[in-house]
Amino acid sequence: MAAIDISSVGKIYNGGVRAVSDINLDIKDGEFIVLVGPSGCGKSTLLRMVAGLEAISEGTVKIGDRVVNEVEPADRDIAMVFQNYALYPHMSVRQNLEYGLKNRRTPKAEIDARVNEAARMLEITQYLDRKPRALSGGQRQRVAMGRAIVRKPAAFLFDEPLSNLDAKLRVSMRGEIKRLQRRLGTTSIYVTHDQLEAMTLADRLVVLNGGQIEQVGSPLDVYHTPASTFVAGFIGSPAMNLVKAELQGDKLAIGPSLISLDGYAPTSGAVTVGLRAEDLRVVSANEGMPFIVEYVEELGSQRLAHGLVGDQAVTIALSGEAEITDTMWIAIDPSRLHFFDAGTGKRLEARATVTATAPVPEPVG
Amino acid sequence: MYRTRFSDHLVLIVGALFLCTPVVVAFMTSTHTAADIHMNGLSLTWGGNFIDTYEKVLTQKGGFTGEITGTSMVINSLILGVGFAVGKIVLSMLAAYAIVYFRFPMATLSFWVIFTTLLLPLEVRIMPSYQVMSELGLLNSYTGLIVPLLASATGTFYFRQFFKSVPEELLEAARIDGAGPFKFFIDILVPISRTMIAAIFIIMFVYGWNQYLWPMLMTTDERFFTLMRGIKSILQVWIGSQIPDYNEAFALAVLAMLPPVAIVVIFQSWFIKGLTESDK
Amino acid sequence: MAYTTSQPQPGGFLSRLGFGGAARKKPAAAAEEMKRVQFTSPVLPYLFLFPQLAVIFIFFYWPSVQALSSSFYIEDPFGFGSTFVGMSNYTDALFSAEYQSIALFTAAFTIIVTFLSLSIGLLLAVKADRIIKGSSTYKTLLIAVYAIAAPVSGLIGMMFFDQHIGPFVKMMSYLGWNMQVGLNYYDTAFAMIVVAVWKQIPYNFIFFLSGLQNVPVSVREAAMIDCRSGFRRFWTVVLPLLAPTAFFLLTINVTYSLFDTFGLIDVMVKDKPANNPITLVYKVYNDGFRGNDLGGSSAQSVILMIVVFVLTIFQFRYIERRVHYN
Repeated sequence: MAAIDISSVGKIYNGGVRAVSDINLDIKDGEFIVLVGPSGCGKSTLLRMVAGLEAISEGTVKIGDRVVNEVEPADRDIAMVFQNYALYPHMSVRQNLEYGLKNRRTPKAEIDARVNEAARMLEITQYLDRKPRALSGGQRQRVAMGRAIVRKPAAFLFDEPLSNLDAKLRVSMRGEIKRLQRRLGTTSIYVTHDQLEAMTLADRLVVLNGGQIEQVGSPLDVYHTPASTFVAGFIGSPAMNLVKAELQGDKLAIGPSLISLDGYAPTSGAVTVGLRAEDLRVVSANEGMPFIVEYVEELGSQRLAHGLVGDQAVTIALSGEAEITDTMWIAIDPSRLHFFDAGTGKRLEARATVTATAPVPEPVG
Repeated sequence: MYRTRFSDHLVLIVGALFLCTPVVVAFMTSTHTAADIHMNGLSLTWGGNFIDTYEKVLTQKGGFTGEITGTSMVINSLILGVGFAVGKIVLSMLAAYAIVYFRFPMATLSFWVIFTTLLLPLEVRIMPSYQVMSELGLLNSYTGLIVPLLASATGTFYFRQFFKSVPEELLEAARIDGAGPFKFFIDILVPISRTMIAAIFIIMFVYGWNQYLWPMLMTTDERFFTLMRGIKSILQVWIGSQIPDYNEAFALAVLAMLPPVAIVVIFQSWFIKGLTESDK
Repeated sequence: MAYTTSQPQPGGFLSRLGFGGAARKKPAAAAEEMKRVQFTSPVLPYLFLFPQLAVIFIFFYWPSVQALSSSFYIEDPFGFGSTFVGMSNYTDALFSAEYQSIALFTAAFTIIVTFLSLSIGLLLAVKADRIIKGSSTYKTLLIAVYAIAAPVSGLIGMMFFDQHIGPFVKMMSYLGWNMQVGLNYYDTAFAMIVVAVWKQIPYNFIFFLSGLQNVPVSVREAAMIDCRSGFRRFWTVVLPLLAPTAFFLLTINVTYSLFDTFGLIDVMVKDKPANNPITLVYKVYNDGFRGNDLGGSSAQSVILMIVVFVLTIFQFRYIERRVHYN
C-alpha cells in the first residue's frame, strides 16, 4: 500500500499529438480515486502511464517513495483490472491467479494461501479449475479482480472494469468493488466514463476533459460546486441545465424572464447559468419563468419534464405524482444558481461581488 | 424462411459427383489388374486385386538403381510434408512475433523484405534457384528439398494476422504479471495459438506433400524420390510399353492423395478456419 | 481509447493487396493498428527474424537477382563462360511466334479456368448455403478433393481422357468427337481445362461458402422484407457483400492457373510439349532444363515476374475500387 504522486505529467505521442497535459494529483494511501470523463479525455492514458504500459513523456509518477517513470510494469507493484478482463484463455482460473506470483518466485505455499483466500473472498472457489471461457461475464470479472488481489499490490488500477457487464450486474459489482477496496485498504485508481459509477465509488473524483483536469474533489463537492460548465454538464443525471443569460444588476434575464437575485449576482453582463433539474420548482402562473413542456420521461419515482424556457432547452425533475400541463411556471431559489463565465465556462463565485448575507455555494442538501 | 428446393439438391449432387467420382474411380480401378483395365477401361466396382497391386507398389524395388519402393517414396513424402510444416511454423512464428510484438528500427524494412516473397512464386525463379542449390551442394538432400520451400511469407503472414487479433490487454496483463519476451511467447502466445498452429500445420503439410516441380529438379538420386516424383517416373516408363501398368499408376495416385484428402476431411473445421481466416 | 503510439504502419500495402483478410471482417481499426505496447530489445527481434530472413535471402533474393542478371547473357552450352547480349534474350523471346502463341494460350487458359472454377464454386456455395439437411455431407464431398496434388489430378485426368481406357473419350466418340488428348492440340487443351477446373472448384467453394455465411442474418432478413425476388436479393445484396471474397479469389485463381497448374500440365503433355498446349511457366522450365538455354529461360522468368507485378497492381488499382468493402 502506498501513496501515488503524479506531478506535471503529460503524454505526447509520436507525431506530436498531445493526449494528456500537466496533470498534478496527490493520491493518499488507501484512497479510491476515480478518473472520469468522456472518451478521448486522456483518462485511460493517464492510468496506463501509472501502470507503466505507456511511456511518460513529461513529469514524474511516484508510487510510495519511488519514482517509477523508468520502472517496468511488473516491478511497479501495481495490479490492473482490464475492461475485457484479459484473462489468459488457455489457463484455468487458478493458473490465471497464480501466474503473476509464480513469475515473482513466490513460494508455493504462499501462492496457494493467497489464491484460496482471494477465491473465497470473491466466491469463485468452485470455479478454480475452470477455463475462463466456461465462466459468465460476472464470474470472469471476479477472476480479473482476484488476479489483482492475490498480488497484494501497492495499488489497484481499474480500466473501465465494469463496462462489459449488463446494467444490473454492473450495479452489484460496483458495490462489491467498493466493499473489497474498503476491506483491503489498497490505494486504487479507477477509470470510467460513467458518471454514476464515478460518483458512487470515489473518495475523490477527478474529472478530465481534453487531457486536462477540470476538477478534483469529493463526489458531493463536484456535484454541488462544479468548477466549469463541462463538469456541470457531465456530472449528475439528468445533466445540469445550462442556459445563456444576462446579468442586469441584481436581476438575471433568461430569455424574456427576469429573476431577482437577492444579491447573488457575481458579475454583470452575459453569463452561462446552471440550474439543476431538481432545484427547479413549479410555481403558480405568472410568478416565475414560463416553461413549455415538450415531452415527459417517466422514471417511476420521478417525472422529468423536458421543454423550453424562451428558446432554450430545460429539464425539470418533479415528483412521481406531480401534475404536468402544457405550459408551466417554474422558479428557483437564487442561492441554487450556478454561474459560469460565458466565454471560458469557468465557475464564477457569486460571493465575489455581493454582501455576504447569504451562505453562498456551500453544499446544500 | 427459405424453403429448400429439389433443384438445390440436384445441383449439389451433380457437383459432388463431378468432384468425387474421379477419386472413387481411381481407387476402384487400382484394385483391378492391368490387363483387366486395358480391356474394360476404368471401373467403378471392386476388382479384387487390391492386395497384390498395393503390395507390389509399396514393396517392389524399382527404378534404375532398384533401390526405390513405394514405401520409401511415402516416407520421403512424409519427411517433406512434416519437415516443411514444422520448419514453416517455427520460422514464421518467430518472425511474426518479432514483427508484431517488438518495436525496432528495422521493423518496416524486415516486413517488406519478407512479404515481397508473396509476389513471386517459386515457379518463376526455378532455374536460378536450382543453380543456387547446386552451388551450395544441396542437390539430393533433405535440406535441399525442404529449406528452399521455406523462403516464402505465407506462414509469417498467417501468424502476423493472428497475433494482431490477440487482444492487446493480454500482453499488458502479462507484463504486469512479470512476463518478459520469452515468458510471454512460451507461456501465453504459443498456447493460445494452438488451434492456429494446428490449422497451419495441416495446410503446410498438404502443401509440402504435394510439391512436384521442386522435388523433381532437386532429386536425381532415387533414394530421395517422393510420391509425386514417382508419378513422374512411372509415366516416363510408360511411354512405349504395350500394356501400361495402369493399376500401379492408380495405386500410386491413391497413395499420393490419400493422406492429404484424409487430413482435409478429418480436420475439416480446423482446415477451413485456417484457410479462410488467414490465407489472405 | 483511440490513442495509439503511432508507428509506421507496414500493414497498408498488403492489406491493399487483399492480404488483410482478417482485418476486413472485424472492425478494421483494432486489428490493423500496431500493438499499443511492444517489447523493446536491441537484439531479440533480430534474433527471431534471422532464420526467416536468412532463408529468404539465400533462396529468394539471391536466385531472383541471378535470374535478372543471367537474363542479359548467353551461356555457353558447354559451360565455358557467358557473353553479354543486352536485351536480346528478351527480344528473342517476345518476338518469336512460338512464345507469342504460348502466351496467347496461357491467357486463354487462365481466363477460362478462372471463370469456370469461380462460377461453379459460387453456384455450389450458394446452393450449399441454402441447404439445411445434409449440408455437412455435401460440404465434405465438395471439399474432399481440394488437397489432391496437381500431378495426381493430371494423372487421373489423363486416364479419363486416355485413348484406350478413358470414359470421356468413349462418351465423346458417341457424339462424333474423335478425342485425341496428347496428340491433338485443342483436345489436350480441353482436357487440361477440365482437370484444372475440377481441382480448383473446392477451394473457391470453401471461400464462397464462408463468405456467404459471414453475411449477417439481419442483413438477409432486411433484404427479405425489402425485396420479393430471391434472385434479385442475391444480386443486389448478397453478391456485393461477397465481392471482397470474389476479388480475393480472382487473384488466387489467376495465380493458380498461371503457376500451380505446372504439375498437371507436365503430366498431361507426357513429356511431349511439341504439339501440345503449354503455359509460359512450363516453357521457362522446358527451355531452362531441357533446352539448357539459361539466358532465355531467365529472361522469360523476368517477363513473368513483371507480368505478375503488373497484374497484381492492375487488379488492386482498378478492380478493387469497384468492390464494396465492409
